[in-house]
Amino acid sequence: MAEHAVSSDAQAHPWPTDGLTRVPYRVFQADEAYQAEQHNIFHGPVWHYLALEVELPEPGDFRTTKIGETPVIVTRDADGEIYAFENRCAHRGALICLDTHGKGKKDFSCVYHAWTYDRQGNLKGIAFKDGVKGKGGMPDTFRMEEHGPRKLRIATLHGLIFGSFSEDVPPIDEYLGEEIVTRIERVLGGRTPVVLGRFTQVLPNNWKLYMENVKDSYHASILHLFFTTFELNKLSQKGAIIVDESGGHHVSYSAIDPDIQKDAEYSKQQLRSESEYKLADPSLLQGFDEYHDGVTLQILSVFPTFVLQQIQNAIAVRQIVPRGIGKTDLNWTYLGFSDDTPEQRLTRLKQGNLVGPAGYISMEDGCVGGFVQRGIAGASDQEAVLEMGGSQAQSSESRVTEASVRGFWKAYRSNMGV
Amino acid sequence: MTDNVYQMIVRAQAEYARSIDDDRLEEWPDHFYGRCVYKITTAANHREGLEAAIIFANSRGMLLDRVSALREANIYERQSYRHIIGQPCILSEENGEVRSETPFLVARIVQDGDTDVFATGRYLDLYKLEDGQPKLNERIVVCDSSRIDTLLAIPL
Repeated sequence: MAEHAVSSDAQAHPWPTDGLTRVPYRVFQADEAYQAEQHNIFHGPVWHYLALEVELPEPGDFRTTKIGETPVIVTRDADGEIYAFENRCAHRGALICLDTHGKGKKDFSCVYHAWTYDRQGNLKGIAFKDGVKGKGGMPDTFRMEEHGPRKLRIATLHGLIFGSFSEDVPPIDEYLGEEIVTRIERVLGGRTPVVLGRFTQVLPNNWKLYMENVKDSYHASILHLFFTTFELNKLSQKGAIIVDESGGHHVSYSAIDPDIQKDAEYSKQQLRSESEYKLADPSLLQGFDEYHDGVTLQILSVFPTFVLQQIQNAIAVRQIVPRGIGKTDLNWTYLGFSDDTPEQRLTRLKQGNLVGPAGYISMEDGCVGGFVQRGIAGASDQEAVLEMGGSQAQSSESRVTEASVRGFWKAYRSNMGV
Repeated sequence: MTDNVYQMIVRAQAEYARSIDDDRLEEWPDHFYGRCVYKITTAANHREGLEAAIIFANSRGMLLDRVSALREANIYERQSYRHIIGQPCILSEENGEVRSETPFLVARIVQDGDTDVFATGRYLDLYKLEDGQPKLNERIVVCDSSRIDTLLAIPL
């Protein structure tokens, strides 16, 4: 993948040679790195989450989103297929569509000069193309079919819509690998999701610091003290992480371990009697057995900027959109499913308190990236250390590891050619 | 509508804001009665009828838990709010229930001293009259923007 990489930054500042265990802080600070990412990652041979299929149920439905800096329109056409194209008029570059979403759209017309596109992004009309009264107009040599916004390749997987600007991106199944696909299927397969809400959290840090955080299973019990404080720690839980071959995708999960469940129940009761803090309303965590496999937490990421979350019955997708070198939009879409009972739906609304901008176990992730961004302000020649759990980027039965963070950098460097 | 109820709601809202801005969060749950419904959402979600919330509570216990989590568990930089509350608009008053809408602006003052507009929006409130006193049974906080900067720790 190095042949198409923009590597001026790499030439000026070679990456440290200690394998995957060092990350130079300048990748979170340098404009050149940010610009190179737009080309090599956001327009590179990777898949980007765009929307959910249920958000575009009918022909003419559309949503606008972004892949990195690039604005994108996602539509469903009369043939029932999903299409996506750049939200940029082929004429002078204005946004074609100004709305976040809508229905019944027959075509998209730029407000500037009314150049009009069909739902697949093909240029179909130009105002005053033939001039007025035989004067003015576009030259005869102008061919509409030779002009248009860039189109994306589309892949759908268990209701998730992914898009790519690259012709070289492998099929989505191959891109993700079987283990990751299976874990997406576990949450979404054969089910009809219902959007319960959408929230955007603006993170004061580079987008990669958030992706590192998502993949960092080491910090969870240290930074997030909600479960510990209220003595809700599940001593009876076991877990593991899965890192795919590319390194870029990961799953971290924890499950009830029936072997030590008994002991844990015993000690939990003892702890509870001594505990200073208890939930006044423990119904927050009284969920229902949704997946029948004992797994109560599964965080899954797809390189570069997608997260699928199951925290008990709080299901959400997260899309990460950089808005500059030190600012990132984290778009949360909270999900239920069409066959939820009213009680199950209420449980999801309550457990929504665990996640999002005010989440009991996620609000810290909103600020910790900013702590790094500010901490490294004068240290662009220094490096982060990623040695917890060794130096490789492999699956592990221990979650006290930075293997999936190293995996992110493995995939990042492969795409960036550094 | 009687002036009396209006004035009592104005007073209750001023006291609510003051308890948060003065960092007397422990008193915040005491402003709620009955069902104790408290939700923070955004105008876009509210318009579409999407029911998920940034903060969701439907019991006094959940309000208490929010405060003890902020005090004992959650980690965030020291910060405070300044609520500027507009005049309530009484939407309906019948059968001892008063629905009102009140605009607010909340500035957030963070550790390094910066003050920024953190949120603007409106409180959609349901008061129930008990012994002639309006009691806040439900507060839906509808933020105008879809974006929340960094994190939302202290309730609005």
